[in-house]
Amino acid sequence: MGKNSKTSGFSERTSDIVLVAITLIVMLLVAYPLYYVLVASFSNPYDVYAGKTFLLPSGFTLDGYKAVFADANIFTGYLNSIKYTIIGTIFSVTMLYITAYPLSRKELPGRKFFSLFFLLTMYFGGGLIPTYLVVKQTGLINNMWALFLPGGVAVGNMIIVRNYFQNSIPQELIEASEIDGCSKLQTFWNVIIPLSTPIMAVMVVFSMVAYWNDWFTALIYLTGAEKAPLPLVLRNVLIKSSASAAQASTISGGYAELNKITEMIKFSSIIVAAAPMLIVYPFVQKYFEKGMMAGAVKG
Amino acid sequence: MKSKAKTAAVTVPKPPLGKRLKDNWQLYLLLLIPIILTFIYKYIPMYGIQIAFRDYKASRGILGSKWVGMEWFERFFTAPTCARMIRNTVLLSFFSLLWSFPVPIILSLCINQLRFAKYKRVVQTVLYAPHFISTMVVCGMIRIFLSPSGGLINLLLHTSIDFLTESSAFRTIYIASGIWQDAGWGCIIYLATLSAVDTSLYEAAKVDGASVFQRIMAIDVPALLPMAILNLIMSAGSLMNVGFEKVWLLQTDLNKATSDVIAVYVYQQGIENAKYSYSTAVGLFNTAVNIILLIIVNQIAKRASDVDFV
Repeated sequence: MGKNSKTSGFSERTSDIVLVAITLIVMLLVAYPLYYVLVASFSNPYDVYAGKTFLLPSGFTLDGYKAVFADANIFTGYLNSIKYTIIGTIFSVTMLYITAYPLSRKELPGRKFFSLFFLLTMYFGGGLIPTYLVVKQTGLINNMWALFLPGGVAVGNMIIVRNYFQNSIPQELIEASEIDGCSKLQTFWNVIIPLSTPIMAVMVVFSMVAYWNDWFTALIYLTGAEKAPLPLVLRNVLIKSSASAAQASTISGGYAELNKITEMIKFSSIIVAAAPMLIVYPFVQKYFEKGMMAGAVKG
Repeated sequence: MKSKAKTAAVTVPKPPLGKRLKDNWQLYLLLLIPIILTFIYKYIPMYGIQIAFRDYKASRGILGSKWVGMEWFERFFTAPTCARMIRNTVLLSFFSLLWSFPVPIILSLCINQLRFAKYKRVVQTVLYAPHFISTMVVCGMIRIFLSPSGGLINLLLHTSIDFLTESSAFRTIYIASGIWQDAGWGCIIYLATLSAVDTSLYEAAKVDGASVFQRIMAIDVPALLPMAILNLIMSAGSLMNVGFEKVWLLQTDLNKATSDVIAVYVYQQGIENAKYSYSTAVGLFNTAVNIILLIIVNQIAKRASDVDFV
């Protein structure tokens, strides 16, 4: 027995070391590309391409960031993205809540039918063009609301929220508030909303991330360049590698200088686009597992 | 997984339907807008799928457009790149699933056994990060790293290969970047499942002298299996749903031999060329294959485990 516990104690320690080593390597593999871009965004691009910035910046400069904020297209895209993210998140979370609450009330006549009505859209859809034609017919082409309305209710998230209402909010509280004379709307406002802040936080972050990062919907429905969100603007910078006319006119150093700025702006724009969401999500991280589990429980 | 034990309770007779509808009018009011939006933007497009069998002209409307039967499907199947697109779509998602599916499972088995809560939290935070980055930004990073002149990969390898013009490299790029971006996030559902495991099982196993590896194999793996199978089935049902975004952003004229997929074709024909009926037909073919795959895999899993998942 004594010997046994000793060997197991030893192997506990070895396995701890092995597990920490594995997870450390994985973390490095995940984090390094982002770190590399961050370092490169503060460096002279020629040093980056010469391989001098694997660990630390070389030829420290903020010109990349100056160029990003001086670029009128990127700036407009940034403002657009902020606007779409705020409005879209308010819209989406409201939709999730006003759909999930009625469906969480078991006494609602027709509850099964309504659940199925929403659930079906998770598995079947009209596809790209039939949806596009409806959006067009409802007059939303080149209208900001094309980003929000066709998405309607995010059914997967709605089920998570509904299950949270059913399983994580004490049903006695709901009953008590209604015995005290609250209507179902008042219960929603006074009991459900205050008691569901963890899942609301998760949904707010999910929606924010979805709208901040989305560009495909905008590519299809927002035809005017002045309405493009940040990622779509960055397509010219990152994918097509083209300097914008605005840049070309503001830079006085000739082709070489323009080329340099075009390269620098790639790194800084990646950081500028990715940073807001990377800063936000750790705050609600502890609720992710909870929320996912609530959603995985069939109810 | 379907049946739920009904609690034996004294059954109170339900009030008449009219009263129950009246009692719940506020709930119906809340549902009104979501239902209208879902009807307009989800159900009406389903009705619109029929333009796949018509020669749709906007001026004539859906019902006024000429019925052409299977003409668009025939045109797709006789298109010179049809076989290539189907093959690329299936292979890209098949290899993607093959490589991406096990990674979150292995990672979460490791993370779950970490005993230092703070370190565990840090690992999770770092691993989730790439999920919160736009595909546009990720593809921008891929292009920077793979650049033949001064890209990180070429610097490390001391080469100057233009990877995005090599069709043999496309799948690897697509899959590896996909794992980088989403394997960590994929752990969440498994970690949540593992956190529900009864800790007394670990204690008992420890007393019996089981090593960490043995505990993982004997306790954690069986606990994860149902969730893993469910995930596999759901992924199989979207085997033809290669994400449009990344392929479109990483496609170059020179890697089309492997990067030419149905989703990009649907977009190009439908949005860029405004061939509405043709694009809808190709998309419908894609969906039909998906549904068939989902049913087949569900049948296999049902036979293997006696559980109906979908």
